[in-house]
Amino acid sequence: MLELIETITGVPAPLLFGQVLLGLINGAFYAMLSLGLAVIFGLLNIINFTHGAQFMMGAFVAWMLLAWAGLGYWWALILAPLIVGFTGVVIERLMISRLYKLDHLYGLLLTFGIGLIIEGVFRNQFGSSGLPYRIPPELSGAWDLGFMFMPVYRGWVVISSLVVCLATWLVIEKTRLGAYLRAATENAALVQAFGVNVPRMITLTYGAGVALAALGGVLAAPIYSVNPQMGTNLIIVVFAVVVIGGMGSILGSIITGFGLGIVEGLTKVYWPEASATVIFVIMAIVLLTRPAGLFGRA
Amino acid sequence: MASESTAGPMPAAIAEAQGMWGYSRAQFVALIILVAALIVGPYFLYPVFLMKLLCFALFACAFNLLIGYVGLLSFGHAAYFGMGGYIAGYTAKAWGFTPEVAVIAGAVIAGLQGWVFGWIAIRRQGIYFAMITLALAQMVYFVCVQAPFTGGEDGIQAIPRGRLLGMFDLNEDMAMYWFVAAVFLAGFLMIHRIIHSPYGQVLKAIRENEPRATSLGYRTDDYKLVAFILSATLAGVAGGVKSLVFGIATLTDVHWSMSGEVVLMTLVGGLGTVFGPVVGAAVIVAMQNYLAEMGAWVTVIQGAIFVTVVLAFRRGLVGEIANLLKVKL
Repeated sequence: MLELIETITGVPAPLLFGQVLLGLINGAFYAMLSLGLAVIFGLLNIINFTHGAQFMMGAFVAWMLLAWAGLGYWWALILAPLIVGFTGVVIERLMISRLYKLDHLYGLLLTFGIGLIIEGVFRNQFGSSGLPYRIPPELSGAWDLGFMFMPVYRGWVVISSLVVCLATWLVIEKTRLGAYLRAATENAALVQAFGVNVPRMITLTYGAGVALAALGGVLAAPIYSVNPQMGTNLIIVVFAVVVIGGMGSILGSIITGFGLGIVEGLTKVYWPEASATVIFVIMAIVLLTRPAGLFGRA
Repeated sequence: MASESTAGPMPAAIAEAQGMWGYSRAQFVALIILVAALIVGPYFLYPVFLMKLLCFALFACAFNLLIGYVGLLSFGHAAYFGMGGYIAGYTAKAWGFTPEVAVIAGAVIAGLQGWVFGWIAIRRQGIYFAMITLALAQMVYFVCVQAPFTGGEDGIQAIPRGRLLGMFDLNEDMAMYWFVAAVFLAGFLMIHRIIHSPYGQVLKAIRENEPRATSLGYRTDDYKLVAFILSATLAGVAGGVKSLVFGIATLTDVHWSMSGEVVLMTLVGGLGTVFGPVVGAAVIVAMQNYLAEMGAWVTVIQGAIFVTVVLAFRRGLVGEIANLLKVKL
């Protein structure tokens, strides 16, 4: 079987699977971040440029909880999204909420500015070299899958982010709260006329989207070193992912995120030089053939 | 491209409001002040600082042509600025191009790049347009990291300023300053001319109401694409001149933070004002210069300016002044 795969693909199986796994992990982050962006965009009609900084904050809060409060990974998994999500709520109430009546581009510029402030503050405080965050003992080690060694933590990241993404999808598509959310996305004024507190829902939605980014940050902390730039470079790729998938569909952004992660991983095997640009090239091709995105509505 | 509609002789009131060559009286006064500042500036301020300022001012004016007059927010203008710098620097150093030819080469390549990217990006509007231009610019950044001619992390260093037209030695800072000032002024006047041409009027119509412009028979995508190419080309000129002034072209100029900076300059000065980007560039470059030793706090301050301007002064400095004086600037 392994020999067959090696003959077909022309590369050693461990290299192939290893890169596909790395791709899946990147894809997990793309999916979680683009999901948060899509949820926020649906209701607030702004693109949250702070998203990368909030991802980074999630990782830093996890690090701070461990270093300053002695609270480990499992606590961080719950507390960091709550803390960062709360800062998101404050940002929405104090600043973003003032811009809803204006051109959406102002929301983009505002959140970009907020992102710069957050990134700058963290760089001043922690430098840009990066801090280590250890894999929790329960998740260290590796499984022998027969054809490759799979670090337990990497499997955990892929599976848990899949679960989070699907749970978000279920909440939005199958619950009453999600129905309100979808209704408000279609026509906020009408939903408000039915007695739903739409402004509060908008605030909480922003908080939830931000919390999702922070959760991604906690998951990423043991894999990448925790540093102030970790979010920004990722978020630009996620923007391309969002453009490719189109923001109309929740499930679409999950599939696109994981799919593009795998494509990127495979590119690393066959044409390493192109791996940094492949997603942008795919974006250009998708725009030329299906301008609304793979799952989007025009 | 749709033919321009000629609406007959212009009513006298409009003709008077537009003044000579499209300059209102206030704009004419501001232009005289600008030219005077260009002439006396180097006798009061460090010429290299002024040259940097003028490069960024031209860059911001080129960016403003898109955001201010077509309503397109390009979040990837560093790609054209940086590529113009790389091409000008490479051709001047490796092929011995004279400075004006090197700058033109950089501008042409930046313009071609703008053609391709604009063609892709104008398929979507608003927020998507911003994300697409940002993503394409990030692609250029990664290409520049790897491509052999850019020198990767080191960039292109020791770019010679050369002799203008093969005659005038530009190694003298004052000589270089007059060259930069002339390029800036030419670019500035050209943008003003574009905005006040019939073509520019159509651009403004697209900004105000694209479906209506379409229904009037204008092929709006063509108009947007030409504006994008013009903007990218001028950004390339600014980048090319900058690399000659400093003798280096590095990854900083293609990085996304440079795209953010030019947005900030234009925003601070005033979107859609003719003089705003120049003032905005002056404010931001001066700030970076005086706060350079504060390190990462500069980023924080820039972010705070972004937030403040968006929340409180959306007209920008020049826009607020124009509003106070009830004139167009």
